Amino acid sequence: METPSFQQLRKLLKKGTKPEGQITRIAVLGESSTQFICQAIEGYGINQNLNLEVIEGDYDQIDISLIDPTSPFLTKKFDFILILPSVFKLRKAYWKNNINDSDQLITNTLDQFRSWVQSIKNHSPKTKILLANYLELPESIFGNYGNKTSKSLVYTTRKLNLELANLSQEFDNLFILDLQNIYQGTTLPSFSDERLYISASLAYNLEFIPFIAKGVCDIVHALKGRVVKCLILDLDNTLWGGIIGDDGLAQIELGDLGLGKAFCEFQSWIKKLKERGLILAVCSKNTESIAKTPFEDHPDMVLKLDDIALFVANWENKAQNIKFIQQTLNIGFDSMVFIDDNPFERDLVRSAVPGVLVPEMPEDPTLYLSYLESLNLFETGSFSKEDEQRNSKYKAEAARSSVAQSFESIDDYLVSLKMKMVIKPFNGLDKPRIAQLTQRSNQYNLRTIRYTESDIQEIIEDDNRIGLSISLEDKFGDYGLISVLVLNLKPDSIFIDTWIMSCRVLKRGVEHAALEHLISLTQKINKTKIIGEYLETPKNHLVKDHYLNLGFESSEDTTWTLDTTKSELPKHFISTIPTPIS
Amino acid sequence: MTEEQAINELTPIFREIFEEDDIEITSQTVAADIPEWDSLNHIYLVVAIEKHFGKKFTAQQIANWKNVGEVVQTIIEA
Repeated sequence: METPSFQQLRKLLKKGTKPEGQITRIAVLGESSTQFICQAIEGYGINQNLNLEVIEGDYDQIDISLIDPTSPFLTKKFDFILILPSVFKLRKAYWKNNINDSDQLITNTLDQFRSWVQSIKNHSPKTKILLANYLELPESIFGNYGNKTSKSLVYTTRKLNLELANLSQEFDNLFILDLQNIYQGTTLPSFSDERLYISASLAYNLEFIPFIAKGVCDIVHALKGRVVKCLILDLDNTLWGGIIGDDGLAQIELGDLGLGKAFCEFQSWIKKLKERGLILAVCSKNTESIAKTPFEDHPDMVLKLDDIALFVANWENKAQNIKFIQQTLNIGFDSMVFIDDNPFERDLVRSAVPGVLVPEMPEDPTLYLSYLESLNLFETGSFSKEDEQRNSKYKAEAARSSVAQSFESIDDYLVSLKMKMVIKPFNGLDKPRIAQLTQRSNQYNLRTIRYTESDIQEIIEDDNRIGLSISLEDKFGDYGLISVLVLNLKPDSIFIDTWIMSCRVLKRGVEHAALEHLISLTQKINKTKIIGEYLETPKNHLVKDHYLNLGFESSEDTTWTLDTTKSELPKHFISTIPTPIS
Repeated sequence: MTEEQAINELTPIFREIFEEDDIEITSQTVAADIPEWDSLNHIYLVVAIEKHFGKKFTAQQIANWKNVGEVVQTIIEA
């Protein structure tokens, strides 16, 4: 999602294939040399699947190009005319004028802009105008005092930018390309290079030009109706810190303390997007009632249930859930953005639901907001009363539609993950993590027995018990120690005292691979049965059918039995170390 | 850095900027030898060379380059 470099854009332009679809014709008129900008815009169009034809006007001839009714820029009926005033030209005029005539400079410049816009409106009424505002140069005449007088360059620039905004509110065919704001959002040390300005009249350096191209394409996209309409949100570690199902309402990070503040600010931003007209949906791996508790009961939640048009929390795969959201809201996948802190889920959705925009997310939640802001995902071509009410409209619609969902196999996807699992007896180094898992896991926990580190040590030393820890990695990286089993050895069977797994690795077949290991272990030590038990708690409904799904047979009590002399090996897509003995 | 090394490193840059995969340059190569070498692509060339070698040239140096040999000299001296 990073903005491509000028070099990459030029390569795309020369070597890439032009996107199909209707051509959008853009004329570019500048007060500086614009050839590189034209190339970058066209290249960026290829990058964004926009079929653009960019025509360059003569250097610094805007007036004549737009006032003469026989000018090709008025007769050829372009879809867009991009006008790029140069702050260097403004500065030159400012320096040349008597310092007391600075106010006059503002009026004259604005009048000129107005006459261009009016002329395009008269002669080519369907053409939309993109007018770039001024980038600020250092106030080197007055310093900070430049704010206290209208005779300074900084005042002139800012006043003009504000007047440009007002002008665009007056003319419906005029849109501002907010270069000053775009530049502010980059990490570039400068938008220009004096050497290139002096020797080639380039007002922008080659590092900044791709951002101009992105700005132009963002607006063109939006005005052609390709806008984001729906924001789909994960919950745990996305809207709050921690896992509601494990940590509970009191423990999740939200509010003024610590990282909680970052999540609150993130939510406030999302709420503002909702007011602007975005539909909000939730897509979370959670038990629905638990997932809703923060929305209902947490005092620091900014988003309320009422803000969410469609709330999907279950244990199915997210790609299917997003397809369900799409069907219910009946909007295109390409108008949806999916936000999730988990790279596994992001990649799953990206590969299974093409079209949905899935931004990479920084690992650090304090950076979520600034990162997403830098992408400018929510460009729009309009804003009206209707936008403010859209969310509630869709909410009502969603409530009416059925929640029946169908799910297809994701086997191919799991294979592509190249998962590797290491299963081994407890060792001393892992004691803190093992104890932590037994104490913190509530959802994927069959008997919810809590162990301390010294309890774990006892298990290690006990010949009648076996503790197993499981670590998992896939092509995205290492998930670390994510599952723990404690086995009690009985005369002819193994009893599963504890089976815990982190919800981060749900639905990947880890439990199947673990069972395969258990079966081979049972055979190796000459036993014939594995016995498991599900002890219900308010939080572990997730694993209610754990043993049923693994092929165990139920007994009259709460236990389940698997006869390892008859059972088939479970299917999974994880290579395990050690390799199971068959 | 020797002249030969510099030319070896410059060759792929020239090929990319002037969009010709078989451009060969020597210290005698001048702008007129390469059809795409106009004043604007000259700027692009300079920026690409600066980026590659991690050096900044003065506007005067840039303007005065007569052939590839002078580019190489500037790189070696900078």
